[in-house]
Amino acid sequence: MLGVIRHKTVRPTFSAFRHFSSSTKQQMTVRDALNSALDEEMSADPKVFLMGEEVGEYQGAYKISKGLLEKYGPERVLDTPITEAGFTGIGVGAAYYGLKPVVEFMTFNFSMQAIDHIINSAAKSNYMSAGQISVPIVFRGPNGAAAGVGAQHSHCYASWYGSCPGLKVLAPYSSEDARGLLKAAIRDPDPVIFLENELLYGESFPVSAEVLDSSFCLPIGKAKIEREGKDVTITAFSKMVGYALKAAEILAKEGISAEVINLRSIRPLDRSTINASVRKTNRLVTVEEGFPQHGVGAEICTSVIEESFGYLDAPVERIAGADVPMPYAANLERLAVPQIEDIVRAAKRACHRSVPMAATA
Amino acid sequence: MALSRITSPFRSTNLLIPSILSSLRHRSISNDTTLTIETSIPFTAHNCDAPSRSVETTTSELMSFFRDMVLMRRMEIAADSLYKAKLIRGFCHLYDGQEAVAVGMEAAINSKDCVITAYRDHCTFLCRGGTLIEVFSELMGRKDGCSKGKGGSMHFYRKEGGFYGGHGIVGAQIPLGVGLAFGQKYSKDPNVTFSLYGDGAANQGQLFEALNIAALWDLPAILVCENNHYGMGTAEWRSAKSPAYYKRGDYAPGLKVDGMDVLAVKQACKFAKEHALKNGPLILEMDTYRYHGHSMSDPGSTYRTRDEISGVRQERDPIERVRKLVLAHDIATEKELKDIEKEARKEVDEAIAKAKESQMPDPSDLYTNVYVKGLGVEAFGPDRKEVKATLP
Repeated sequence: MLGVIRHKTVRPTFSAFRHFSSSTKQQMTVRDALNSALDEEMSADPKVFLMGEEVGEYQGAYKISKGLLEKYGPERVLDTPITEAGFTGIGVGAAYYGLKPVVEFMTFNFSMQAIDHIINSAAKSNYMSAGQISVPIVFRGPNGAAAGVGAQHSHCYASWYGSCPGLKVLAPYSSEDARGLLKAAIRDPDPVIFLENELLYGESFPVSAEVLDSSFCLPIGKAKIEREGKDVTITAFSKMVGYALKAAEILAKEGISAEVINLRSIRPLDRSTINASVRKTNRLVTVEEGFPQHGVGAEICTSVIEESFGYLDAPVERIAGADVPMPYAANLERLAVPQIEDIVRAAKRACHRSVPMAATA
Repeated sequence: MALSRITSPFRSTNLLIPSILSSLRHRSISNDTTLTIETSIPFTAHNCDAPSRSVETTTSELMSFFRDMVLMRRMEIAADSLYKAKLIRGFCHLYDGQEAVAVGMEAAINSKDCVITAYRDHCTFLCRGGTLIEVFSELMGRKDGCSKGKGGSMHFYRKEGGFYGGHGIVGAQIPLGVGLAFGQKYSKDPNVTFSLYGDGAANQGQLFEALNIAALWDLPAILVCENNHYGMGTAEWRSAKSPAYYKRGDYAPGLKVDGMDVLAVKQACKFAKEHALKNGPLILEMDTYRYHGHSMSDPGSTYRTRDEISGVRQERDPIERVRKLVLAHDIATEKELKDIEKEARKEVDEAIAKAKESQMPDPSDLYTNVYVKGLGVEAFGPDRKEVKATLP
């Protein structure tokens, strides 16, 4: 086991980033982005604390909280027993008192054990108390499909939490997103669901000096146009943004200019950016890994039909996970989640280009 | 402190209170006399040494107990009538019979200690500094209610008084209360949190999850089981393999208390606060009783006999117990006590009249307080093309 760890090459520590020149962009993994954001926010505000399973001595199940226990001590980085309902309720109660908890779910699948506290104790309290009891809490952790983890560990909760008034729901893609949105979430006075992605943790993205600054913050509720285009709008969040960008490259070679929108925020949803884009391109493809029925894509499609119907030149298209519990076998798993070719195909359909169905998976 | 409680928190513009006070002063209790009174029964302890049965109190404290409980009793009975008159809608869970728990607890703590309970919260809210007008306005869904009409019977809060609700989901308030205790310890405040729950909630898994963490992390959390022996229509022996709730904390100490004896409650809560600040969580089981059914839609007599209910009223009523004490110690006369009861009735009636004059919330209030920071986002009404609001 130890041998395997030593095999993993030197991972850049946060301190390595202090040596940069302003002209070249530094690379940073999403993991380090989240770690540095947590570190900076805990340093800036003594009311911020982290609790969850294995966040302390284990350094984080996915090493997101590495080094934080050593730096801030066991009073601010708390290892909890495996009791989601209990420790989530405790986190919400601490937020009632005025602290700023960051509650980590090892995956959001386990948040279902605590969902009553997220919805009924956190999301609704400010409203039910007419503003007396605010809940400045962040619930974070990996969401959605990973690799080969099976049906109970692959559920996407974006649309579940995204439908609930009183919650804010964020889904970062890049390291810049991870830093800026996590900082915004911790500073926000309302309960925030922060949906990370396990497979993105190890991916590196370029980050500018501005992003690395400890005051960096992204606005909640604003999507980002990752790639400008004029023929079709593709919306995506989290890992699917990467797929959408790759699809856009393929489409570009075939003369279709795709505009890729990284939602960043599931609730509030940036309807104005999405609609402005569709009014420009006249075509929409929504992409998500989660289940299609009542999903994020369903909401986006409806929003566009309601607000920009006259601008649509083609029916709206949805790409989503297959309507089945996630299978384990690698070939079935591949069939259960969107692939880049699915996005390409849907974009072509929206552009009235007929495409033969792929012969093999 | 005890004397001032007669006039506040039950704000009243009526001048009868001072006159009753002055008539009391006429008798030879111009200064507070300390009394030592034995609780009705001794405490039963689990994993700890029980506190003494002898409780120190004062004449004015006893009078304030009487007055507070009488006011609460009147308030709950009035709520019953308002509900039947359809001025209160939805759920309404009444506390009459259980007054001694709220009042006795309040006597042992201050406003920096936190209290959290479930939905049978009207009297607890009052003890933590709420007013009758806020209660009745909220029950009738008016803007002068403590939650501006947006919460209802189950969602009373008073943060400045250390009262954190008012919760509708059975058992949820327990981890929330442990979280408050966590906040107190984290902030180094020398205070504790009382999380109240019923015998119905006592079997909830999250109770044991929260208690485990409270004990591991040494949190100043006190779990108080208000055992009124019925979880809605289910008697305790039908829902708990072990209805000895004070023992269910296992490693956590527990105390069984006569919840109809306000002095016993006060003693137990005082003991619990000292204990929790030094040694972490413990459980108090208050043996109490509710005269009403679970809620206004439950007559309360299909699963209990009328004899049982009237028996408790005869033998154990918390107000009668204090009345007997006051009379036995010559603190006030029968007439003076009757006057206090009349006064309470008047105060309640006036508060209801005032509350009825309060307006319903503005339609625009539908969209306020969804978030602390709404980010200027749109929220839609049922017809999103007709009504939308910008969240501030």
